[in-house]
Amino acid sequence: MSLRTFALASACVFALAGSALAETNVTILHVNEVAAAKTLWDKIAADYNASHPGVNVQFKYLENEAFKAKLPTMLQSDDRPDLFYSWAGGVMQAQAKAGLLKDITADVADVAPTMSQTAVNAFKADGKLVGLPFELGEVAFYYNKKLFAQAGVKAKDVKTWDDFLGAVKKLKAAGITPIVVGAGEKWPMAFFYDYLVIRVGGESAVPDAKANKNGGFKNATFVEAGKRLHELGALDPFQPGYLQTSHAQSAGVFGDGKAAMDLMGQWLLGMQAPNSASGKGLPEDDIGILSFPTVPDGKGKATDTMGGINGFLVTKSAPAEAVDFLKFFSQKKYAEEAAATGAYIPVVKGAEAAITDPLQRRLADDLAASTYHQNYLDQDLGPSLGGVINEISVAVAAGQTTPEAAAAALQEAAEQQ
Amino acid sequence: MPTAETAHFEPARRMSANGWAVALVFLPPALLLFTVFVALPMVEAAWYGFYDWDGYGRPERFIGLKNYGYLIGNPVFARSLVNNGLVIAVSLLVELPLALAAAMAVAGRVVGAVWFRMIFFLPYVLADVAAGLIWRYMFSGDYGLVATITGALGLQPYYLLADRDWAFTAILIVIIWKYFGFYMMLYIAGLKGIDKSVLEAAEVDGASALQRFRYITLPLLGPMIRLSIFFAVVGSLQLFDIIVPLTGGGPFDTTHTMVSFLYYFGITRMRVGFGSAVGVVLFFICVTFAIGYQRIFMRND
Repeated sequence: MSLRTFALASACVFALAGSALAETNVTILHVNEVAAAKTLWDKIAADYNASHPGVNVQFKYLENEAFKAKLPTMLQSDDRPDLFYSWAGGVMQAQAKAGLLKDITADVADVAPTMSQTAVNAFKADGKLVGLPFELGEVAFYYNKKLFAQAGVKAKDVKTWDDFLGAVKKLKAAGITPIVVGAGEKWPMAFFYDYLVIRVGGESAVPDAKANKNGGFKNATFVEAGKRLHELGALDPFQPGYLQTSHAQSAGVFGDGKAAMDLMGQWLLGMQAPNSASGKGLPEDDIGILSFPTVPDGKGKATDTMGGINGFLVTKSAPAEAVDFLKFFSQKKYAEEAAATGAYIPVVKGAEAAITDPLQRRLADDLAASTYHQNYLDQDLGPSLGGVINEISVAVAAGQTTPEAAAAALQEAAEQQ
Repeated sequence: MPTAETAHFEPARRMSANGWAVALVFLPPALLLFTVFVALPMVEAAWYGFYDWDGYGRPERFIGLKNYGYLIGNPVFARSLVNNGLVIAVSLLVELPLALAAAMAVAGRVVGAVWFRMIFFLPYVLADVAAGLIWRYMFSGDYGLVATITGALGLQPYYLLADRDWAFTAILIVIIWKYFGFYMMLYIAGLKGIDKSVLEAAEVDGASALQRFRYITLPLLGPMIRLSIFFAVVGSLQLFDIIVPLTGGGPFDTTHTMVSFLYYFGITRMRVGFGSAVGVVLFFICVTFAIGYQRIFMRND
């Protein structure tokens, strides 16, 4: 027995001895920073603890970057949480492949059908459910109504890529920064690339590339998406210094009314005010939502959506109470509360009816009518290839790399995996 | 057959029974800590370097030297090596001379010397990440130092950290600002150790201030200078904390150092095998330098 296994074994013995005496603890690790969501989750945990004596459910928050960096080690130690936050996609697949997740298909057979099937399917590894989603998001253009009016742009006329480029030109001509992007963190720029890929190649684009069909990531779809992004970047539509702007700063620029559009997820509404210089941000009445335009000859539909799918995964050794809590958590009444308080757009069918905020309402309607939903590519493809996606998106938009070279870099990274 | 010489050294080499007992009691804990926290991780990193591994489960896909092959063809890694070289060059050619000049100025009994010493040393005390964040705002084109300058001159806002040609220069400025105080303190300590009477004797003999510096202060400061060069080079090779808050390696991955490359391309992308290979390369560069430098320059110190 090596020293390490000895240390682990003795730690296990102590842990077991401890839990035999005390109540069952269920620890849930998450990264959600939205105050309304945190409040709701703590309340759900308190409800459960009150009605289930002997069980102590606790939500623990960890900052996003730290969470991602620590998770691999944590999951393989005795200190692992029972449930943990996930974006599904490549990382979840790797965790499942390493045998760190629990198959809960049979346990949640009654709950899963009450949810959006797109979201539920995202939490399947090898055909088995290893967790449940709670939130479905959509990335869309948020636009400043006043600035659009000032430049004479009508949002309802922006349907195709050419309409969109026309709007960008009009805004620029009016002396308005058309688009704000936090390219210093790279992934916000990848939202453009992600959307262009599904608009150009349709729903088969990403699955085909993953399966290495038609040249994998080097195929015409990815090159074409790059060309469109390059075309947009050539108009110089972004705020000055966008390469060093962080995500939070970019939300502030939008909140200060210094840029007309922001291609962002639903959380922008909660971020634009606190990050603005005034601290007040834009009033919601001045913000509109614009779907990502269609591209000429593209296979994707205007109703195809791209955005995050979030949920909780169950770890291998989690007690039965953890799965029981997950089901308790997934009740419609809590999903409705999430919808009503604007915490997030819930995945439980019918719960979105409780949404009061008109902008969130619009997103929820889009998602309900979605013909195909794509998870963020950097999550879907896993951290390694995802990192390359984010990197090439910025390089292509800034004209530092050709679309062809970018697609080739993607394929090379895919082959190195 | 023992010669006279070995016989002479024998008593010193052989430990007394008492000494063995002490070693038996005190060595295992230290040895254990060293093995578990230093030696073992190093061996593990070298081992992981031969695998394609994402950090989950056991490393199973053995790929031989491929990770090292990817490194050779990687333009970002090449750039980070160049950047590390630049940091070393600037540390040795700008930072250390500046530190020595500052030390000469504030080591004596000048009015306010203590205050200046403290002010120069303050940046070093500041956490690296905090310093990085402060300078991020200083360099921002919207507010801060650069914005004030461009504003006063009526120029277009300039975004230094978004400029691929100049972003690393900005980082170098922060590095000098941050670390020169530390070397200044080293030199002050060295200067205090120089016997005043030697300098006075030289002065009586008619040596000019420059001559006194060149022929007395500098040679007597030798051990301290050699030590500071050692620290500066090793510190430059391991530079990381300043990069992350300032640029995160951007724009277009032009401002990475080897360690930030390891972090962003190995850890955040979960290519633990590849990251380990970078770590091994870094380790060999550092060890080669450390041993070589100590053998050649610090033998007598």
